[in-house]
Amino acid sequence: MQQIKTVGVAGAGTMGAGIAIVSARAGFRTLIFDERAEAIDRALRQTEGFLANSVKRGKLTEAQKAETLALLQPATSLDQLAAADAVIEAVFEDLKVKHELFGRLNKVCPEHTIFASNTSTLSITEIAAGSRRDDRFVGMHFCLPAQLMKLVEMSPGLNTSEPTFKTAWAFCQALGQKPVKTKDNPGFILNYFLVPFNNDAIRLVEAGVAAPADIDRAIKSGLGYPMGPLELLDLIGLDTQLLLCEALHGVTHEPRAACPPLVKRMIAAGHLGRKSGRGFYRYDGDKMFGG
Amino acid sequence: MVQIVDTGASRSFPTRHKLHELPDDDIVVVLGRAAGAALATLGDVSARTAVLVELGTECLGVHTGERGGEEGSNILGFARFCLGDSEPSNLVELVRQPRSSPRAIDAAKTLFEAAGLRVAVCGDFPGRIIDRLVRPYYNAALRRLDEGLATASDMDLTLRLGLGYPEGPIALLQKTGLAQHFDVTQALHEALGDPAYAPARRARVAKQREGK
Repeated sequence: MQQIKTVGVAGAGTMGAGIAIVSARAGFRTLIFDERAEAIDRALRQTEGFLANSVKRGKLTEAQKAETLALLQPATSLDQLAAADAVIEAVFEDLKVKHELFGRLNKVCPEHTIFASNTSTLSITEIAAGSRRDDRFVGMHFCLPAQLMKLVEMSPGLNTSEPTFKTAWAFCQALGQKPVKTKDNPGFILNYFLVPFNNDAIRLVEAGVAAPADIDRAIKSGLGYPMGPLELLDLIGLDTQLLLCEALHGVTHEPRAACPPLVKRMIAAGHLGRKSGRGFYRYDGDKMFGG
Repeated sequence: MVQIVDTGASRSFPTRHKLHELPDDDIVVVLGRAAGAALATLGDVSARTAVLVELGTECLGVHTGERGGEEGSNILGFARFCLGDSEPSNLVELVRQPRSSPRAIDAAKTLFEAAGLRVAVCGDFPGRIIDRLVRPYYNAALRRLDEGLATASDMDLTLRLGLGYPEGPIALLQKTGLAQHFDVTQALHEALGDPAYAPARRARVAKQREGK
């Protein structure tokens, strides 16, 4: 089985930064790529804060923190991913954007490099079709926040080769994650249920049934969920929720997957969630969740 | 002591609770299956800080009446959330109307919190907060199980690990009662007219087998 030593993470947003932490923490040399230097700076700053907190909580030693940071290397040029044995993509949920990225990566990366998409709603087969290496392509959907959550939904596309899937599965386990095989269906398992559930919570706010804090308190106290849906939406980002809705509703046409109007109004007002300092709640600073 | 009027068979407080021991003597708590009907027998309660009426699946307005969006007084509704046959949770859904007394709401929150409970305030709508949110999700999970998305255990495992839920939907419904889920979601389907609340096949089967 092919061995993976160097990992590329394409996209230094919330998900990409979390995946990069998982990869470096597991001992892989990790190149975090983003053409926006400020996004990389923010990801590295948040990573430092998260790891420092992990040390405080006794989850990591100072030496492990230093090793992890040493393994994490910024890359502002796609050419730097030529060294990667596997590239995990975590960019916007837009098929054209992903096709463009993988098309470029296909020219840069060696033949053996496995491509993985962290998409949460788009079809792996459709993304892979734009990569020109759909036999070496898998879905690896990490959960938010990736640096804390163990589950990874692993999906083969229609043309994914058996050896590629086996290698990716073993790689996922080597990351210290828990892979679960899912079909290449819209939203896989998690988002098929989560996106409409979160939309329903937004609709309760829209309809004046309850305030966000009351909805979150009810769900956490009544059902024992670790986060309320509106807190979670602020973490995911309202702009991301819109994309998730468009992707899921575009395929399933299920009414609960349609984006509630309030989301679009909040995006227009710049209330994107934690990343903009205001969503359903207000925030100070851009500290990473768990940091 | 809090004045408790118990009409029997309370789902929120099936046994004696710390609430019964609290000293606030200006609040009336009406418990039990017939709590709403008992409201009419209390006489003039307008001088009380709050009168808290335990609700089933009905709206508070059924008992207080409504006045074109201007309804509201010191009478509030409440229910402790519980799924099926499980014990009541720590959560009280406190039901207000558009013109409910802020003083009554504050007093009710203080009372329930002093009893060790958590309070979420919501409007007077069918399903309040939790049932309104979870029943479509449970129906979807049951339908996807029928459609072969994944096995019940894989679906539950994914939702537990991926979202940190204490239990997956299938195991939870089997533990707390699919037939009870049918009753709640059927009532919401009738009240809201939204197909997402239409009982999933497995819930209907469980209901039909009830008592066999």
